[in-house]
Amino acid sequence: MSEFEPKIVAFVCNWCTYAGADLTGTSRIKYASNVRMIRLPCTGRIDFMLLLKAFEQGADGIIVSGCHPNDCHYTAGNFHARRRWMMFRSLLDFLGIDTRRIHFAWVSAAEGAKWAEFVNSVTDQVRKLGPNEQYQKLSQAGVE
Amino acid sequence: MEELRKKARELLTSGAVKVIIGYGPGSGKRVRAVFVRKPEQADLLICDDRCLQNLAVYLTKPEVKALGKAAVVARLPTLRAILQLAAENQLTDGQVVALGISPEGKMTELSQFKAIEEFLAGFSFELSAEEKATLEKLDQMTPEQRWQFWQEQFAKCVRCYGCRASCPLCYCEKCLAECNQPQWIPAASHQIGNLDWHIIRAMHLANRCVNCGDCSRACPVGIPLHLLNQKLAEEVFKQFGARSGMKAAQEYALCNWKLEDRENFIK
Repeated sequence: MSEFEPKIVAFVCNWCTYAGADLTGTSRIKYASNVRMIRLPCTGRIDFMLLLKAFEQGADGIIVSGCHPNDCHYTAGNFHARRRWMMFRSLLDFLGIDTRRIHFAWVSAAEGAKWAEFVNSVTDQVRKLGPNEQYQKLSQAGVE
Repeated sequence: MEELRKKARELLTSGAVKVIIGYGPGSGKRVRAVFVRKPEQADLLICDDRCLQNLAVYLTKPEVKALGKAAVVARLPTLRAILQLAAENQLTDGQVVALGISPEGKMTELSQFKAIEEFLAGFSFELSAEEKATLEKLDQMTPEQRWQFWQEQFAKCVRCYGCRASCPLCYCEKCLAECNQPQWIPAASHQIGNLDWHIIRAMHLANRCVNCGDCSRACPVGIPLHLLNQKLAEEVFKQFGARSGMKAAQEYALCNWKLEDRENFIK
């Protein structure tokens, strides 16, 4: 089998990171094609259940990205999201879920290059970790 | 105990309250919740070491509300649950009389939220040394060991939702667990659904749980669910300085934010 290629799901906000990723494209910057982007109105909209569902559906890594603090289109969505991720991440860690598979970033609409760099670095890290066996084993549990 | 029965009789005779929610004789040596509505039944009430259930769970039930104004026998976690319910606009001041029981077993009548706040101010909200040590032990494991530990625990879960039923803060009329379009949490007691359920419950109780421990006591297969809630309660306190059930009017940490919130993982 050829080298393992991770599936990365990126949950991004409409106003900053999605536009930033668009800029990456229009600037002709190449980056890892492992990422599948899901556009949502705001990081504040990204329910932690979406992340869990991504893992269940076979994601090896997850990216969550939105506007920098103070830049939220809805004023404070990213601040709310930040508190939620602080709690969520410590809960995942407490449950022993590999937090090296979940990455968070602030990427603005002007940071096309940062987006490419970030996606590449996440892809590299997750490629080294290998397939998300924790979750794969879970979905097979009880199935003979 | 006599003091409590006397007070209950008084409250019911004067008509100040319509029902006393307290502990009474259950099967065997156990106690159970009783709803005393007549003064002559007040002698059913028991108050001893066995009385641990958080009776605040009944205060939000429509059937119990329909009985009229209630007085509830309340140890410290129950008092905190009452304040937390008030903070979430589930109870209004004067709607409930708390018969506060101190750790020494002394009873105090608390008919206003302010009185409950003042009563609680005399007690520490910190986890006990024992509880802290248990959390510490888990924190010091490697992630793989923690994963192993929790997977073994969650594998036992039969999804009876006893944790939810026993929890005074789980009062949603329609729970996400019953939502089937889309179905966020697979209903079968399978590893994935079990993990989802316990993550979501812990997240939804962050900065709301009052650490009464009823989820773990209710669990028929003995999953130490309180550890998840305690962990997040400690995190919320450490990161945002918030504790639940302190005041009848307090903000919910996860519906709030500060510019100064600091984390080290967002690039």
